[in-house]
Amino acid sequence: MGETASKRLLFVMRHAPYGAGPARAGLDAALAAAAFDQPVDLLFMGDGVLQLLPQQDGAALGVKTRGKQLAALPLYDIEHVYVDAQAAARYALDVTQAPLPAQALDADGMAQLLQDCDLLLGF
Amino acid sequence: MIYSLLVLSSPAEGSGVLSAARFAEAVLARGHRIHRVFFLDNGAASGAATAVYPQDEDSPIAAWAALAERHALDLVLCVTSALRRGMLDAGEAARHERDAVTVHPAFSISGLGQLIDACAASDRVITFGG
Repeated sequence: MGETASKRLLFVMRHAPYGAGPARAGLDAALAAAAFDQPVDLLFMGDGVLQLLPQQDGAALGVKTRGKQLAALPLYDIEHVYVDAQAAARYALDVTQAPLPAQALDADGMAQLLQDCDLLLGF
Repeated sequence: MIYSLLVLSSPAEGSGVLSAARFAEAVLARGHRIHRVFFLDNGAASGAATAVYPQDEDSPIAAWAALAERHALDLVLCVTSALRRGMLDAGEAARHERDAVTVHPAFSISGLGQLIDACAASDRVITFGG
């Protein structure tokens, strides 16, 4: 690892879980960061909130179910998980039913989160 | 200041990979350092030595190869993303018993740990195509 101190990394997920888009890459990168003991924050924004739909089954597509992968994140010490409240409302997503515990943030809350983290990786 | 770049865009569509190369050039021209450029997901296809671009378009591979030669840049393709896309250097071609080496020598293949290391070592990480 690099010679500098740990940075607080914010992974911003803005793409729907299936089909095209870097949703899988973002999850892999967040897990890699956790494996290297870096502090990880996850923010689901815009279409990315669809990754948190409570009833998902990737089997029909022959791919892993994103919700199940996300549910395992607390085991990797990824516990700071946030949801764009406005996008969740647009998609009628009940954040309390998400596959992992997540905190809804309004625009000001998201702005503060971006301020508080050292680096942002967008997926 | 120390920068790293994360490239997610495909070199075959849009302009993200070329924008990243131009950004790298501008960063270096201003006297900053680039610790690493990490190509992930569709971005990993940027390392294709065998890609042929139309003559009247800028070639992403030519842009990166030129930058790497001038500035000794560390250009890394994510191994998982690269293998899915048939991007093999000599080591991976031998390991997976494939006949062809398809990655340009300006690039190396490594794991996501290289991205996390780049985050730890850089003041700024800029994502292209996220």
